[in-house]
Amino acid sequence: MSAQREEAAGTKLRVEQVSKNFGGVRAVSNVNLDVPEGTIYSIIGPNGAGKTTLLNMVSGFYHPDEGTVQLDGQDVTRLKPSERAARGIARTFQNIALFQGLTVLQNLLLGRHVHMKSGVLSSLLYWGPAQREEVEHRRRVEEIIDFLKLSDLRGQQAGELAYGLRKRVELGRALAVDPTLLLLDEPMAGMNQEEKEEMVRFVLDVNEEFGTTIVLIEHDMGVVMDISDYVAVLDQGEKISEGAPDTVRADPKVVEAYLGAEHD
Amino acid sequence: MPEPSTLPGYLLRNATDPAFSSRPAIREKNYGIWETYDWQSYEKNTREFALGLASLGYQRDDKLSVLGNNRPRLYWAQIAAMCLGGQSVPVYQDAIASELSFVLSHSEAKVIVAEDQEQVDKILSIRDELPDLKWLIYDYDRGLGGYEEDIVKSFAEVQALGRDFGAGNQGFFEDEIAKCGAEDIALMAYTSGTTGQPKGVMLSHENLIETTRIFIENEDIRPSDNFLAYLPMAWIGDTLYSNCLSFMVGCACNCPESPETVERDGRELGPTGILAAPRAWEGILTSLQVRSGDSTPLKRAVFDYFCGVAEAVEQTKLEGKPLPFLLSLKQKIGEFMVYGPVRDQLGLRRARWCYTGGAPLGPDTFRFFRGFGINLKQVYGMTESCGLVSLQSADTANPDTVGEPCTGIDVSIAEEQSEVLIRSKGVFKGYYKQDDKTHEAIDEDGWFHTGDAGMIDERGHLVIVDRAKDVGKLSDGTVFAPQFVELKLKFSPYINEAVAFGDEQPFVSTMIAIDLEAVGKWAEKRSLPYTNYMDLAQKPETRALIAEEIRQINLTLPEVQRIKRFLLLTKDLDADDNEVTRTRKLRRSYITEKYAPVLNAFYGGESSVDLKLDVTFEDGSRSQIDSHLVIEEAA
Repeated sequence: MSAQREEAAGTKLRVEQVSKNFGGVRAVSNVNLDVPEGTIYSIIGPNGAGKTTLLNMVSGFYHPDEGTVQLDGQDVTRLKPSERAARGIARTFQNIALFQGLTVLQNLLLGRHVHMKSGVLSSLLYWGPAQREEVEHRRRVEEIIDFLKLSDLRGQQAGELAYGLRKRVELGRALAVDPTLLLLDEPMAGMNQEEKEEMVRFVLDVNEEFGTTIVLIEHDMGVVMDISDYVAVLDQGEKISEGAPDTVRADPKVVEAYLGAEHD
Repeated sequence: MPEPSTLPGYLLRNATDPAFSSRPAIREKNYGIWETYDWQSYEKNTREFALGLASLGYQRDDKLSVLGNNRPRLYWAQIAAMCLGGQSVPVYQDAIASELSFVLSHSEAKVIVAEDQEQVDKILSIRDELPDLKWLIYDYDRGLGGYEEDIVKSFAEVQALGRDFGAGNQGFFEDEIAKCGAEDIALMAYTSGTTGQPKGVMLSHENLIETTRIFIENEDIRPSDNFLAYLPMAWIGDTLYSNCLSFMVGCACNCPESPETVERDGRELGPTGILAAPRAWEGILTSLQVRSGDSTPLKRAVFDYFCGVAEAVEQTKLEGKPLPFLLSLKQKIGEFMVYGPVRDQLGLRRARWCYTGGAPLGPDTFRFFRGFGINLKQVYGMTESCGLVSLQSADTANPDTVGEPCTGIDVSIAEEQSEVLIRSKGVFKGYYKQDDKTHEAIDEDGWFHTGDAGMIDERGHLVIVDRAKDVGKLSDGTVFAPQFVELKLKFSPYINEAVAFGDEQPFVSTMIAIDLEAVGKWAEKRSLPYTNYMDLAQKPETRALIAEEIRQINLTLPEVQRIKRFLLLTKDLDADDNEVTRTRKLRRSYITEKYAPVLNAFYGGESSVDLKLDVTFEDGSRSQIDSHLVIEEAA
């Protein structure tokens, strides 16, 4: 599936020689990534390998000390997160970052913020274009609610929801941005088997139905190997392996990073 | 204009008669908004789909099955089949693949209209067992884009085919409808089957229309009415009110967004009449009890107090006495503080009538709702009689009878086993491909043998005792109707299902399935940790809780019928395991067989029993659980 698609489409995201230091710690060091359009691309590695830091540089939360980040062939290294969001990057967080006191619907509508054009005055008057815009955004949000099967939770406060559901709402808010590149930071962490299966289904559906390119950080190896088109392995800030899941699984360097040196 | 004699006839009338044509016919909640289709667009959509089916080779007398939750398109598909002289075979949306395989191959369904990917997958997994299947049409396209099976088509595609076909065949649709007669079979409803395999009950247009007419004559139904279409489409009750009533009276049927949102959508809509299975009323009661237990002590005290008032009022009314002034004053305060708000919360504020039917409802549950000002009444009927035999009127509603047989429906009680017999225009045409069964059920004089034991009381009301074959005798000769005991038990919020044994035994014993929600809350309050249903059911504390409930219930039972021994099941009774039907009626003979070791332990005096149980998961896969069940003596 992915092989043909890669030939047909170009590179969605290119990370070139990026490095990031925190004080004396080199969190990410000279990493290159090429994420083809429309694929699910997973980044794995032990704790502290620099996965989240790398993702933060893609979303614009950090700026790399060296190297560049390119989206659709354009250099976005110096752009702010909000500017990147406007270009189609959305993300979810490892620790859920929803507005606890707002309803599911309101949280998702907030995700549309980046697409809202009405000014303060026309919004206050809620007349003409502002009203039309609101209706249009609500429609898109309702489509996402339908897509993620959240219709019975529409009016519930996000803070009241179970953990697995909050993760789903967070995915929904990211989708409300209408992203072309979706960054998911451990979307299945802390979930039980059933919740995981559901989330995997949704991730695959997003990829298939909307053609969204997905960069995924995940610890659950079963999930990663099952759904990814490509896998990159980080260890101590460096990329030690990359390729199709089967290739990566068989790579001795990966085995070593995860399990320590092989027994004789 | 004469009244139409077929359902498609009513569709044409509603679409052309200005009194109906632009009134809402069906609504669907979609994307959080109620979308309305009037009778004209109902007819247009049905016509396009019917023509599409015709262009795909659908013939008169072919069967079309619908599989899914209540959706306008599934209703249109059913009527479209009838317009072409075909028959609709609705099936239970939660049935597992092997169950579907039986009904769909037995009925020779040529077209299946499935709601979504889940249902399409289910059908594709049994495609080899369905040689007659030509087309599998889906409503909701999510995830179905990549399907390349040659038989799969979307509803919209078929409608587009229909528009092309219609352009070249003017008048085809009307001609096909004109060929339909009142005697033609319109619907094949497979009975839930408490015994053996389901049977296909053939119902004609006349059966459905005449039964609905009787209902309309006996109940206040207005064209401005709104019903919530949430009952399983395969249940005759749904056909009766979402199709027949809506077609004949012109009122609107409203499809909720999803099964999870039924409660909220119902509250938003405020239906003017409701038909629900006893199971649903029991569920509402349990959730009210749980929510009151969760609230503050003051609120709980107020709720409990006015529950008591409601009960006293109902008791007085039942005895036919006038309400004392003080009680009537309390009732008015209760109406303001508790009953009205509760009705509003339940979405029953506008409901002029509520029915419970399909199975008996416990008397205490029944009185509770009536006490809260909900006009709950019993309807008695079965698929073979289009779901209607007798109805209660508001002033004779009571939990012990099922009301007077409706005018136009003859009821008599057979000598043998006092079985209830029925003769009317609503009695079905026979079981599909099972002539022997048909002859067993309908005698030469046209009486349908219901299999229910009953009697007519002095006021002329029909009383249903139990399934005739379930009524047994304790070994001392006392008559024992297991349902009576079970209904008493199910009034307890902590008890979800109960199975009572006692036929030819010295005493009554029961197996109990706890209510996970209610017992779970109870355990939480006592900081009693548990992991799942099985764990909770095996806690000695839970057994003590249920023992106390049974002690209370025993006080209300005649000495000989009191429960002596019981145990708690480690799983709920489940339709996927064949223990109950899809409408949640106990399949008693199967349960007796499956739980034979329990029965032996009850009456062999043992204090526990080891049980190996097969369980079936929702996807149809199976597994086995071993459990060690402790038998308790009841006080």
